[in-house]
Amino acid sequence: MRRSWLAALAPYAWLLVFFAFPFLLVAKLSLSHTVLAIPPYAPQFDLSRGWPGFKAFLAGLSGETYGRLTRDPLYILSYLSSLKFAGLATAILLLIGYPIAYGMSRFAPAQRQVLLMAVILPFWTSFLIRIYAWIAILKPAGLLNQALGALHIAPLTLLNTDAGVLIGLVYAYLPFMVLPLYAVLEKQDESLIEAACDLGCTPAQAFWKVTFPLSLPGVAAGALLCLIPMVGEFVIPDLLGGSDTLMLGRTIWTEFFSDRDWPAASAVAIVLLATLIAPIAWFQRQQRKVLS
Amino acid sequence: MTGSPLVRFEGVSKRFSDVAAVDGVSLDIAEGEFFALLGPSGCGKTTLMRMLAGFVAPDAGRILLYGQDIAALPPHKRPSSMMFQTYALFPHLSVEQNVGFGLKQQGWDKAKAAARVEEMLSLVRLEGLNRRKPDQLSGGQKQRVALARALAPGPKILLLDEPLAALDRKLREDTQLELKAMQRRLGVTFMIVTHDQDEAMVVADRMAVMRAGQVAQVGPPREVYERPASRYVAEFIGEANLFPDGSGWRAVRPERMELSLKAAKGALAGEVAEIAYFGDRTRYVVRAAGKTLIASRANLGPPLALAVGDAVWVSYAADAAVALSS
Repeated sequence: MRRSWLAALAPYAWLLVFFAFPFLLVAKLSLSHTVLAIPPYAPQFDLSRGWPGFKAFLAGLSGETYGRLTRDPLYILSYLSSLKFAGLATAILLLIGYPIAYGMSRFAPAQRQVLLMAVILPFWTSFLIRIYAWIAILKPAGLLNQALGALHIAPLTLLNTDAGVLIGLVYAYLPFMVLPLYAVLEKQDESLIEAACDLGCTPAQAFWKVTFPLSLPGVAAGALLCLIPMVGEFVIPDLLGGSDTLMLGRTIWTEFFSDRDWPAASAVAIVLLATLIAPIAWFQRQQRKVLS
Repeated sequence: MTGSPLVRFEGVSKRFSDVAAVDGVSLDIAEGEFFALLGPSGCGKTTLMRMLAGFVAPDAGRILLYGQDIAALPPHKRPSSMMFQTYALFPHLSVEQNVGFGLKQQGWDKAKAAARVEEMLSLVRLEGLNRRKPDQLSGGQKQRVALARALAPGPKILLLDEPLAALDRKLREDTQLELKAMQRRLGVTFMIVTHDQDEAMVVADRMAVMRAGQVAQVGPPREVYERPASRYVAEFIGEANLFPDGSGWRAVRPERMELSLKAAKGALAGEVAEIAYFGDRTRYVVRAAGKTLIASRANLGPPLALAVGDAVWVSYAADAAVALSS
């Protein structure tokens, strides 16, 4: 009995320590203001000054930073631009990932394991190194342009452009699209397709009337699994994007490290989280519906 | 059988890697009959049915429908409907959408299709469940939706792949009789695949007993039971007492064995090893002349005064024995 209580509490303890506590710290930061000091914000939360100190701390908090976010178009523009990058990359990922996952699910079980391994294999190399490798591929005299040159095709300018960022996003997140799609497609009952064909469907009709609608939970899972982290992605736009590539992850980084404006960076992060909660909640409900 | 058959299998074979799943099967199925493919698992009966539906292509031989080779027809163009062992109901569609699926594919007029769906649902006694999803149905209800869905487009032949295997015994027995009555009323040709000999005997007008990809015997259930062609058929369908007969065997069904409490001319002397009471009949296991014999006796009057260990004499009438070919 005691043991099962502990087991039930474990996930909440984990959430408290690794999610709720850091979240509260960031929320508190977003309500403070910048000062020229170390750390560069005020008010400070100081337990040694007791109750009056706590009251003074509360009085020092304000939502002013959030007001600044709405007045400065930079934040709104970088938010919209992040959504555009993430949305476009998600659409491309679906178009590429679905056929891959579908193809994998058509193989014999033994071969599926090999293909699944191939999808997961890139994770064995550091993410950062793989993105650096793309610099070597995309740079003006890089591997891609050497190959195009050998085929007498004009070179492409991809590094430090929005197209470069999209290529990087699609490459990096492909496994996160393929795996949930594969999971739903692989366990789909083959006799459903046979039944559809038996009742007059061509194989293409059977796909659109049976396979695809039944794979929608996987489509939703893959899309959200890619979309949500891509909106806040930092490394890919920083390494592959141009100086004018606007994405939230970069904006947060700039506020923190260049402008030393910790409250603004925290506020941007909080807004990002708040706007992503809606799709996550929707997704959770869909998953519950599928499970029940 | 008169006229040309609805379906003719001509020397049909299919190998999976190095196993012959179906091995030179020739069969005729007449229009309007209820035909059963019976055999143990792995005998090729399901493969044979799937070849007729178009899901498996034969390696050799021809399958003719009304005398036309249907090898080139993909499943969606074949005038057969299949009811799957797992039912294969579309989980994202309601009962009426499942039943109407084939009609929509055939381009039926909406009102006509709706009327046909209602007709099918009342045929299988599922009126009022139109909007349920498959996961809200019991096993028996799912089975009936699958049947209605397969029958709705008006197939020339309905293929039933172990249709009752997932039902419990009482429901299965009721459904067998229902299927039989439905087939007679609709006049549609039914072909059932089953490993259950009782099921095949109850529903079928004719049955093919299969073994290792080949047809061991074809005929009406009564003929197959009473005149088994081989030792395999005699032992697979019901029980049989086997006696050496020259180089072959003679088979006698347990209900044709006679038990006597007194010695009689030509009777084998034995000892009762087991008595099992089944209500309508009693089954006796008798050890005689080093063999284990089975006798079944209808409980029409007072029971025999026999107990385990008693001496008993076993005999059978000359016309009760069937000579087996192998």
